[in-house]
Amino acid sequence: MAKKTMIQAITDALGQAIEQDDKVLIFGEDVGKNGGVFRATEGLQAKYGEDKVFDTPLAESGIGGLSIGLALEGYRPVPEIQFFGFVFETMDSIGGQMSRMRYKMDGTRQMPITIRAPFGGGVHTPEMHSDNFEGLIAQFPGIRVVVPSNPYDAKGLLLASIKSNDPVLFLEHMKLYRSFREEVPDEAYDLPLDKANVSREGKDITIVTYGAMVRESLKAADDLAKENIDAEVIDLRTISPLDLDTILTSVKKTGRLVVVQEAQRQGGVGNNVVSEVSQRAILSLEAPIGFVAAPDTPFPFGQAENDWLPNASDIEAEVKEIMSY
Amino acid sequence: MTAQLLDSGLSKTTLQTIYKQILSARRLDERLIQLQRTGKTSFNVSGQGQEIGQAAMVAAFDIKKDYFLPYYRDMTAFMLWGATMKDILLDSFGRAEGPSSHGRQMPNHYGAKHLNVVSQASTVASQFPLATGVAYSARLEHSDRVTLVTTGEGSTAEGEFHEALNFAGVAKLPAIFVIENNHYAISTPSDEEYAAKSLADRGAAYGIKGVDVDGLDFTATYLAFKDAVARARTGAGATLINMNVIRLLDHTSDDNQRIYRSKAELAALKAKDPLKTMTQQVLTEDIYTQAELDDLEAAIKKQINVATDQAEAAPLPDVASLTEQVYAPKEKGNGIYG
Repeated sequence: MAKKTMIQAITDALGQAIEQDDKVLIFGEDVGKNGGVFRATEGLQAKYGEDKVFDTPLAESGIGGLSIGLALEGYRPVPEIQFFGFVFETMDSIGGQMSRMRYKMDGTRQMPITIRAPFGGGVHTPEMHSDNFEGLIAQFPGIRVVVPSNPYDAKGLLLASIKSNDPVLFLEHMKLYRSFREEVPDEAYDLPLDKANVSREGKDITIVTYGAMVRESLKAADDLAKENIDAEVIDLRTISPLDLDTILTSVKKTGRLVVVQEAQRQGGVGNNVVSEVSQRAILSLEAPIGFVAAPDTPFPFGQAENDWLPNASDIEAEVKEIMSY
Repeated sequence: MTAQLLDSGLSKTTLQTIYKQILSARRLDERLIQLQRTGKTSFNVSGQGQEIGQAAMVAAFDIKKDYFLPYYRDMTAFMLWGATMKDILLDSFGRAEGPSSHGRQMPNHYGAKHLNVVSQASTVASQFPLATGVAYSARLEHSDRVTLVTTGEGSTAEGEFHEALNFAGVAKLPAIFVIENNHYAISTPSDEEYAAKSLADRGAAYGIKGVDVDGLDFTATYLAFKDAVARARTGAGATLINMNVIRLLDHTSDDNQRIYRSKAELAALKAKDPLKTMTQQVLTEDIYTQAELDDLEAAIKKQINVATDQAEAAPLPDVASLTEQVYAPKEKGNGIYG
């Protein structure tokens, strides 16, 4: 066991995935010799060879189709889309094809593809390089959308995603890549893809969140504890399909809910949580549901980034408001 | 001048079988049109005018080991690749036994796992990048199997066409990319689709061989594909084939081409029907006698009737399966699910 950053945990997982299953293939733009623009695949081509880890032309739609063709032939492709904001170029592969292949073929074909993509704000990458459009993909039934919030989860969730017989969009928040280290076991392990994680237990209010907002929410919960507000923090880990059981159990216990997402509020994952809780647990609620999200604008210019992104103090303020209702 | 059938080097018996399949496909298409018009099925895409080119194309492959990613006008090609009349009819009726998608998507998206045929998505040209993945797997496995993928000329304007061919050139893929060029993208004629003199010229841009072929000429088409398959099998890389054909009928059963094609054009088209040419050749080259052809017509009609009855009687997909097969079954998850 050693302290590792999330990017190190991801590199570990990719190498171990190749060792676990010789059908695993890692490819994308600059992932081979260069080791990826964020160095997630550093050293993998040298260690495992060009058949396992290879560069593709700069062509996201081509990468999507290549993945589907290889999956049809029994491989487990792990393509990288260099920035999630470039996903539009391969939307047909994801939304039109791999998500529905099992369904439209009545289970006779499967798409064990794990698309990795860096995303998220807070590192001053301009506009499309920071986009948080995970909610778009969460609308497609058939694909799992996984967003780890820390190095330990990233490793276990990535290894499980690659083993999964469903396609997975695995979103890696760029701010989490190197901002902190934590203990990550050296050996391979899997974490469940259909379970949210209770990151902090509490009895007064539930905060449901994912990705980079988990740390902000935990920070907020620590501060709130000083004011005798005991918040429970649920890290969704998999944002589609949602683990409703964990969410509902918590809301029924605390009676209050604040949903936190980094993305714009419109059409996002948080709205799915609000709608499910409203329908299934409204009688357990003692207050309206709180919501913390970015404003409904495109990802902003650099000077405005810190104002745009939700943070711990926004969460604290929202929790207090819901507590005082 | 159309080349002699026997100049293809194929035996008389093989040519008999191929002609029989082409004739079956034409008559089956006529039945499918009838079924759609009488409201028994919902939709049909006809490939009339493209059958000879498709048959010559498939004849050059080893269907036992090669892979095929067809497009929606490829019924004849799919039948030459091993699909039966009943298979086609089951898909057309949307029946659960249909090999393409078990009644779960629209007809004409031909596929069959046991025949190594991959069903396309409705987004045209999207099968091209898929074919690069299938072909790449042959490269990884040092296998000499070849991947065939087809599309219409309209979809060559799509980005996927470019991305796939570019990768095929870079990776020297054992694949054959075919444009079945019937000169109309629904209603848009080819001079409004592309400015290139021939779409085969695009091959040079990707560093792969581009070939133009007259898809109304069986032998010329067969020989062009034979050469391309041999190149792919021996590691010489991909080929782009622009196969010129004609579209005798409407784009689909929901279209009316008389709106955008003149009477004169349609009459001239009918005179070029390649099935008529081939039938003449079959008789002249003594592959079949007229009496044998008459028997063949009768036999095909009977087969179509039997297949139609069987397919119509087959069960529809169970509506209770509506929410199934969205995700992989949990028990197969090996600890992935909690």
